[in-house]
Amino acid sequence: MTILVVADHDNVTLGAGTLNTVSAAAAIGGDIHLLVAGANCGAVAEQAANVAGVVKVLLADNAAFEHRLAENVSLLVAELGKNYSHVLSSTSTDARNMMPRVAALLDVDQVSDIIKVESADTFARPIYAGNAIATVKSSAAVKVITVRGTGFDPAAAEGGSAAVEAISADNNAGVSSFVSEELAQSDRPELAAAEIIVSGGRGMGNGENFELLYKVADKLGAAVGASRAAVDAGYVPNDMQVGQTGKIVAPNLYVAVGISGAIQHLAGMKDSKVIVAINKDEEAPIFQVADYGLVADLFEAVPELEGKL
Amino acid sequence: MKILVAVKRVIDYNVKVRVKADNTDVDLTNVKMAINPFCEIAVEEAVRLKEKGVATEIVAVSIGPKECQEQIRTALALGADRGIQIQTDGAPLGSLSVAKLLKAVVDEEKPDLVLLGKQAIDSDNGQTGQMLAALTGMGQGTYASEVNVDNGKVNVTREVDGGLQTLSLSLPAVVTTDLRLNEPRYASLPNIMKAKRKPLDVKTPEDLGVTVSSTVETLKVEPPAERQAGIKVASVDELVEKLKNEAKVI
Repeated sequence: MTILVVADHDNVTLGAGTLNTVSAAAAIGGDIHLLVAGANCGAVAEQAANVAGVVKVLLADNAAFEHRLAENVSLLVAELGKNYSHVLSSTSTDARNMMPRVAALLDVDQVSDIIKVESADTFARPIYAGNAIATVKSSAAVKVITVRGTGFDPAAAEGGSAAVEAISADNNAGVSSFVSEELAQSDRPELAAAEIIVSGGRGMGNGENFELLYKVADKLGAAVGASRAAVDAGYVPNDMQVGQTGKIVAPNLYVAVGISGAIQHLAGMKDSKVIVAINKDEEAPIFQVADYGLVADLFEAVPELEGKL
Repeated sequence: MKILVAVKRVIDYNVKVRVKADNTDVDLTNVKMAINPFCEIAVEEAVRLKEKGVATEIVAVSIGPKECQEQIRTALALGADRGIQIQTDGAPLGSLSVAKLLKAVVDEEKPDLVLLGKQAIDSDNGQTGQMLAALTGMGQGTYASEVNVDNGKVNVTREVDGGLQTLSLSLPAVVTTDLRLNEPRYASLPNIMKAKRKPLDVKTPEDLGVTVSSTVETLKVEPPAERQAGIKVASVDELVEKLKNEAKVI
């Protein structure tokens, strides 16, 4: 049994979710190969080769893969995937975009978002915004799976010594092209990898008030997230959204500020180790999942909290 | 141009889901059902493209038992021109079977653009649009927050992990909608009445020459581990003290 893990990256750095995916592959068992498909992405292949548990890194370095367009990368992954028992990826937007194409090209169903490996063909995954957990068994010849990072501890980024094998591939479907991107610049940790997350909701009132959360976050070395309500209201950009359809996180500490706790938001954070809720409405559903609830006006409590950290 | 919109009948997003006592599935008996929120956004986008004069015809398709005609009627009330129901009974189909059925509809209807929701809020798979795109060889713009059709191409701005990305796709193409693409309108009463008279064809997978099957079997469905509600703290001081000394997370 050999497992192909498709690596997340931006041609420079290996994505954090790939380490959790490698752990899921290790739980399935068998040799693990990591595919790095990009352009001028040799540095990523070097990082991939250091990941503990990886025996081989396949490097497909070609302009066709520069922006990881799903149409192009899926052709390569499906072609390689035929020779593997499992093809795994994280649940990054790149991976979620590309993997179902691979499954369709291989004529198999995909198992999305697994949080547990029961055996090589049986997996647990949340459905209905995490309000139910389904255990599913796949009889597919090649099992195409995306892995929710919060279900698996990351593999060690150092300690491996995999061989890097360059493969020549230039799969170009010719139906899509990259135009532009606007990526948020931040010195704070990424949501998916942060140990502590401070999130704001509609109660923040406007985008400027998120400054209060940034100050707390910077004292804690935390990432800053938001509820859908705060993103929809335009307070903060979409990439900060935590929830069923945004980022799924499970940090050691999640501080929910001015977030009422809709089930769609809870779906994205209720596996956090410790949850703190600060909300002036003591009936807010967020208190039902919070380990520590503080009923208070956030505009007084948050600056006070910052001062006392 | 012609737009095909796929809509799915799912549990209403406000309803609290309960797992059946025998752990075979969630209990949908007497539960309010609705059009999947992301599908509704897809319908709205199609209607806006028609209002802008970009689209000339909107066909809404749904797959499932007879009840899913309600969701097709919702799409027709929002502004779709006609509907297609693909009649299937029994267990809900997997994404790959749905994508194969939709491909058969695409082959018949030859739309220039196929709009779908990025995921359904029941199975939370997020696969169908991409699978349909792969089966038809089309380009895909998933998680769309902006769609512009121009000169035989569609430019799609996508919500990605780090921010936004814009792609240019040749038509025909598949676009899946994210939350901020638009805010769907409410159907007016006259439009709801009018929708009842719009054409709605019923087909079967056999009519379309598709055999539905699945390589994934659900063994059991269980409720998630319940999180115990914790305690209320009286002050910021107490909170900081608890986080430092009890939870030891800061």
